[in-house]
Amino acid sequence: MAITINHYLIVAAILFTLGIFGIFLNRKNVIIILMSIELMLLAVNINFIAFSTQFGDLVGQVFALLVLTVAAAEAAVGLAILVVFFRNRGSISVDDINLMKG
Amino acid sequence: MAILPLVFYILAIVTITSAVMVVTSRNPVYAVLFLILTFFNAAGLFLLMNAEFLAMILLIIYIGAVAVLFLFVVMMLNINLVVLRQGFTSYLPIGGMIVLALLAEIIMVIGLGGTELKVTAAATSPISYQITNAEAIGRVIYTDYVLAFHTAGIVLLVSMIGAIVLALRQRTDVKRQSINKQNIRLPEEVVELVKVTRGRGV
Repeated sequence: MAITINHYLIVAAILFTLGIFGIFLNRKNVIIILMSIELMLLAVNINFIAFSTQFGDLVGQVFALLVLTVAAAEAAVGLAILVVFFRNRGSISVDDINLMKG
Repeated sequence: MAILPLVFYILAIVTITSAVMVVTSRNPVYAVLFLILTFFNAAGLFLLMNAEFLAMILLIIYIGAVAVLFLFVVMMLNINLVVLRQGFTSYLPIGGMIVLALLAEIIMVIGLGGTELKVTAAATSPISYQITNAEAIGRVIYTDYVLAFHTAGIVLLVSMIGAIVLALRQRTDVKRQSINKQNIRLPEEVVELVKVTRGRGV
């Protein structure tokens, strides 16, 4: 059985939903939520590259490169915010993030 | 049996299994290690799709930088593991239901529309298999997409400055050298000559 684009799309779909599942499940741990976001961005990248290969167009890979850049920047800023938050409140639970009373 | 489908299935199964372990593991350190395994296998999937450059970039950026950053932060924060697990099972049913519905929807869309995927427009930058993947991407991002490439660079610069500004802490309880103050001091202000009488002391 040959591997078609559908196989890659389904792997990406499963990865994406696992990322959402992680956000639902880990309400006490912001680090795991950040990791779940990374999983979702990885799924998006797999989709981009699958379509790029399928249609023979390089633009998908260029855009995947941009997504990778944004994901790295997001991880750096998110973790910096997390460190500052832990320094101020002594916890990383989502329930404790209520300083702005939003 | 052909070797490529076998490789694909192994990579896909390990990717998904380790992604499950990322979201369910008890200890955040194990979660980061499984995240590394996930990215490693995803890089293998990229290789199967002929995207060698992005596969290597994934290894360098994610495993070399982002995952290590996560590991540092996890180990720097002194987290109570018992508190982290509270509410884990109470969110399980509703989260599982929503996620299963979403997955079913996506797979239905792929199954319905994915069988006849084709584009009508010609590719704007077609993939050439005569040159390497890295060279092909380089020819495109330095010409047609140079604006996007520069934007990516600016995003990285801004995020670097932002992370440094956020995490920098001015500690007041530690004595530090101030070169400014040292250079401003004049000898007349800080040196006092005292005539000492013999036998008396200062």
